[in-house]
Amino acid sequence: MLQTLGLLLGCQLLGEITVRGFGLSIPGPVLGLVLLVLLLGAIPALAERLRPTTMIILANLSFLFVPAGVGVISNFAVLTQDGIVLLVILILSTVLSMLAAVGTFIGVRHVTERWTA
Amino acid sequence: MTDVASLWSYLATTPLIWLTTTILAYLVADGVARRLGNPPWANPVLMSVLLIAPVLWLTQTDYKTYFEGAQFIHFLLGPATVALALPLWDNRDTIRASVAPILLALIAGSFVAAGSAILLARAFGLPMEVLLSLAPKSTTAPVALGISEAIGGVPALTAVLVILTGIIGAVTVTPLMNMLRITDWRARGFAVGVAAHGIGTARAFQVNPVAGAYAGIAMAMNALLTSLIVPLLVRWLV
Repeated sequence: MLQTLGLLLGCQLLGEITVRGFGLSIPGPVLGLVLLVLLLGAIPALAERLRPTTMIILANLSFLFVPAGVGVISNFAVLTQDGIVLLVILILSTVLSMLAAVGTFIGVRHVTERWTA
Repeated sequence: MTDVASLWSYLATTPLIWLTTTILAYLVADGVARRLGNPPWANPVLMSVLLIAPVLWLTQTDYKTYFEGAQFIHFLLGPATVALALPLWDNRDTIRASVAPILLALIAGSFVAAGSAILLARAFGLPMEVLLSLAPKSTTAPVALGISEAIGGVPALTAVLVILTGIIGAVTVTPLMNMLRITDWRARGFAVGVAAHGIGTARAFQVNPVAGAYAGIAMAMNALLTSLIVPLLVRWLV
């Protein structure tokens, strides 16, 4: 467990250093994710060593968002003026975005599968 | 024996009490969600927040004090994002086979997420700083805050809108996809990852591991794309 945590934090740290060093606009952990995929490509056996701890973290991903979620309640004042309108916009925009993504994914998949078949 | 007031004044200064409260609230919320069979409306993040908020209100605890304890949990979002590398690695063969659907769905989802937010905000006549705070709402919080600041939005408002977007995506994805009879877990996961970042990804993992892996890819790629396209969309659409 400690080895896995150390590796995850190490990848994040390398990601943060690279992002700051080059002034990139992606977050350090996202670059850390890419680094870990590259590392898994170099050492495939690493996957099974990482699996137990990683799966526990990912199975409880929702838990990690609770502190930020509580922040929404304490910052609710910023929503008071346009609160209902903002909520309607968020619902519409989120659903439209999911429809665009899922429609494109399925559509392109059909075309490419027919093409390669 | 110390009296309750002095015990409380001691506890209130340590991170222990709010760390424990957060874990207990989540265990209750997640336990209820599981017992109900993880229905979309019983979102564990939302339920935990609804359990913790009245406790903070009753004890007159401000968010800063709460966060001194809760920051240890919040911090783990970083390594958890890195951990998404494993499901991505596990699914590398199917991902390689669906590069075209992934890239085009990413572009479509990302443009519609930011573009529709900007156009709807204009249609409803929202103030400019609210519109600019809304534009990056579908990407992961650190990226969204950076974009908001760069284009002249209010980062504090963006933070709230990002979390609400995540919860909305997590709650609506299952009924929406079931209604459309979409059975491809890759497409379902990818869509919620693009539109609703990490909270959507957490929901996808709750439903199906393949959906979770694709949601993770979508979230990571959208962090990159949103920071490139939102400044452009603001220039075109505002």
